[in-house]
Amino acid sequence: MTAALRWIPRAIVLGLVVYAIFGPLANLALWAFAEQWYYPHKLPVTYGLRFWHQVFKPRGDALESLSTSVIIALLTVALCLVIAVPAGYALARLRLPARALIMLAFLLPQAFPSLAVYINIARLFYGLGLNGTILGVVLVHTVHGLVFAVWITTAAFAAVDRDLELAARSIGASALRTFLTVTLPLAAPGITASAVFVFLESLDEFTGTYFVGVPDITTLPLLMFTASIAGNYQIAAITALILLIPSIGFMLVVERFLKADVMAKVGT
Amino acid sequence: MPGAGLEVAGLEVDYGSVRVLHGIDLAVEPGSFVALLGSSGCGKTTLLRAVSGFVPVSAGRVTVNGRDITAAPPDKRGMAMVFQSYALWPHMTTAQNIGYGLKLRGIARDAIKRRVEEILAMLELEGFGPRMVTQLSGGQRQRVALGRALAINPDILLLDEPLSNLDARIREDVRHEIKALQQGLGITAIHVTHDREEAMVMADRIVVMDQGRVAQHGTPEEVYNRPVSAFVAGFMGAGNTIRLSARPTEAGLAIVPGPNNTGATIAARALGPGVSPRHDGPVVAHFRSEAAELADPETVGDGTLVLSGRVEQASYPGGHYRYAVSVGDRKVIVDAAERLAVGAAVGVRLRAEALHLFPDSEQQGRLP
Repeated sequence: MTAALRWIPRAIVLGLVVYAIFGPLANLALWAFAEQWYYPHKLPVTYGLRFWHQVFKPRGDALESLSTSVIIALLTVALCLVIAVPAGYALARLRLPARALIMLAFLLPQAFPSLAVYINIARLFYGLGLNGTILGVVLVHTVHGLVFAVWITTAAFAAVDRDLELAARSIGASALRTFLTVTLPLAAPGITASAVFVFLESLDEFTGTYFVGVPDITTLPLLMFTASIAGNYQIAAITALILLIPSIGFMLVVERFLKADVMAKVGT
Repeated sequence: MPGAGLEVAGLEVDYGSVRVLHGIDLAVEPGSFVALLGSSGCGKTTLLRAVSGFVPVSAGRVTVNGRDITAAPPDKRGMAMVFQSYALWPHMTTAQNIGYGLKLRGIARDAIKRRVEEILAMLELEGFGPRMVTQLSGGQRQRVALGRALAINPDILLLDEPLSNLDARIREDVRHEIKALQQGLGITAIHVTHDREEAMVMADRIVVMDQGRVAQHGTPEEVYNRPVSAFVAGFMGAGNTIRLSARPTEAGLAIVPGPNNTGATIAARALGPGVSPRHDGPVVAHFRSEAAELADPETVGDGTLVLSGRVEQASYPGGHYRYAVSVGDRKVIVDAAERLAVGAAVGVRLRAEALHLFPDSEQQGRLP
């Protein structure tokens, strides 16, 4: 009896947690399949796939913005890795006196209110003709993603034992050959994880895209925003579900690749 | 393929503002096995890494067969290093690890395969080629690390404490295996260790290092029997010390009788290199516990040095008894076959060849 009583507060807390996590998701799922839903009804009046047809119709907005989103995300990942792999290796291996400062510098874009930063970036990009271009959006996303990319790749390289590289050098491998055949393969899981983070960040990014990309660039989050402003909750819900798929998929990948030894070195 | 000769001249290495090697001079004969011996922090590993090119050199030269390689990158030195951690690549199989250096040299796939099989057979690792190195035991990993280094036929094999992660029992075997391989291949080997016995068993020549300097360089017998400094004597196992007073006589160096010791005369030819036969003043005598003998406490004046003391502690480590004997305010360890009671008065006889004498001064144990 007392044992059962003790379970009551726990059950309440668990219930609240479940509600907080799955409540909005359930609402999303309902909206995605609701054809009609208005006050005072607690649940949709009619269900159907009409809006799915609308979203996925050939040459529809959703598919186009999905491909824009993916292209931007892939370019962002590529650009981030081009910077983060050499930077991460240098930060992990070389004895740089300003190492901590450099690591912090990558965090700076996150430290300031993003609206203020993006408004000014938008102003600058106007002058450079980068507003409303894929390149402009990719640059904004890269600045945002670089902190994950650099910090995680630095940790991944730092987790590779120096002796493993020296062993290759000592039996005749050049520095580059050692990097390509020993260091890079061993750091690959961590680098993959950082790429996944950057990809997801880019896919979800809204503020920067809004200021730099609108009206020429429409990514999935922008489409969702427009749809919900206009009261098209079904369209917004379906786009949100589409955005959820890569997030969940990649989180599983990251969970597999980011080992404890790498995580332990993040930010050190 | 005969090994190469190595010469190190005036080598200095700094870590930041700290000098860790103070002008090392060392010549290694082709095909010989040299042990760099010292306690941790003495600079032996730094010396090995400077020779291999992993540590930048502040001054001095490293030459192999007369070729100056001081500025050469590590991969252009014709050396191969075996690491304490083995440093095997976990993303490769045993065969890939061993074949890596051959692949770098653009050798044909079949030839690599044959050479790897040959190495595996030599190290008694037949059949382990396709295994991931993470599935091997410590002893097997150690042999793969050795095989990886030997596969490329290096001029010089560098061994950085490769045995210190092995079980004591396996270590004994591996010592002899490595020595046999080195002799069979005629390769030059430089071995870093802090283990005196390991150095004695494996090496042709021992370089005892202390605080970034060479304390003594010689054959195992020389370093063991004729230490040039109190440091070397202590490091080579002559850990008992006793303060005495000496003065020169015609017959040799005389030990002045003291409250706890008899007088004795040590012939000049029996004196080690640590003290001059004309030394006049205090000396420190180093001796090994197994080189001392127990004597009747009443013995006097038979020409050998006898310390008078009292048994403080007795133990039986196997084969003989071990006594802690207090002599004045000092305590010495003496091994003996006879059984004595704790508290018994006892004499400790030290023959001339058991004694390593050094001048007792502030600079003792440090070569200039």
